[in-house]
Amino acid sequence: MHDMGLLKPASLADAVAAFASGGEAAFIAGGHTLLPAIKSRLRMPETLVDLSAVPGLDAITNDGARLWVGAMATHAAVAAGAGAIPALAALAGQIGDPQVRNRGTLGGVVANNDPAADYPAAVLALEGQMVTDRATYAADDFFQGMFATALADGEIITRIGFAVPQAAAYAKFRNPASRYAIVGIFAARHAGGHRVAVTGAGPGVLRWTAAEAALDAGASLAGVTLDSADLNTDIHASAEYRAHLAGVMLAQAVSQL
Amino acid sequence: MPLQSPIHLTINGMAHAVDAPATTLLVDVLRDTLALTGTHIGCDTSQCGACNVLVDGVAVKSCTMLAGQADGRAITTIEGLGQADALHPMQAAFRAVHGLQCGFCTPGMVIAGIEMVRKHGHDLSHELIAHELEGNLCRCTGYINIIKAIAAGAKAMETADA
Repeated sequence: MHDMGLLKPASLADAVAAFASGGEAAFIAGGHTLLPAIKSRLRMPETLVDLSAVPGLDAITNDGARLWVGAMATHAAVAAGAGAIPALAALAGQIGDPQVRNRGTLGGVVANNDPAADYPAAVLALEGQMVTDRATYAADDFFQGMFATALADGEIITRIGFAVPQAAAYAKFRNPASRYAIVGIFAARHAGGHRVAVTGAGPGVLRWTAAEAALDAGASLAGVTLDSADLNTDIHASAEYRAHLAGVMLAQAVSQL
Repeated sequence: MPLQSPIHLTINGMAHAVDAPATTLLVDVLRDTLALTGTHIGCDTSQCGACNVLVDGVAVKSCTMLAGQADGRAITTIEGLGQADALHPMQAAFRAVHGLQCGFCTPGMVIAGIEMVRKHGHDLSHELIAHELEGNLCRCTGYINIIKAIAAGAKAMETADA
């Protein structure tokens, strides 16, 4: 790897200051996306700002309406501690592998917004609120396409609030090697209606409004399709295949609601 | 706030002040700086698990952790589990059940097995072990005996703990 500095601030304010202290900086949480990207020189930051010594960023609390998960909570911690939303705990337990889940974090995944990551689907379907060092974002405004979010340079997610649904389920068709979603569907039933989020299929996580409307109306899902024109084609699957898989995964998720 | 050398690591019970850049990979500090070459580099892309070590008792892939991120932590490598004449029960089970062929993946498999005991106790079904091994690759295709070895090692650890 290229030469980099490592800063380990002990407060949120120091972390923000460290990021701005000069040169190209990157925050590092669990590092399980960032370090592989640095090894392959997709990213070449001059300074890494390690958030692990900032206190209070990994708590999981439930205020009744929302389950709040600290941004530095590992996937293993969410799998074990998000029992108030079993579908969220189950999703966390399917990310990567046990050693990856011991290091990777919720905040790192959401800030990175990989189009095949699992968590963005849960954030979108569970009306997630991203609280940062300077603002609060609703999920519908936060995700802005492939690896793009509403976060400003140097902004730090501190915690994410998930609306506790009446019922929810995540169905994922995963790449057997990377375990990223080829297509993942997170379906949730809230008091105000259904929300269905799709990850892996398109350039970024998206809401499937036609599926939501059908579920709200109690109508059949048989005629509900995703338009393959908006979906990805890559070495893993064609857009048409992903569109078909989305229907299959939707049926699997809805069957668990 | 800048993390300078030396990096302070407790490795296999011994305190070390390591003179290496904080952004060195933990696996490179273990192998190149400290000559603890039992921790292997298989893929270097956090897929294969040959580099698994315990950090504060929790299994991590040391190819995907910076030495500076481990500053102040306690690390256990395969060398810290047992001695040639007094193997750790999980190591002994791999030998007894022939849970290895070429042995390259074995240090990571042994660490993964110990992690399973931490999370799930001493009575591990073969199905659970197979699921928990999703982060460890064996290219000799020796998974069946690896699973048997971890099941036997987990039970033996209970006796050893008692």
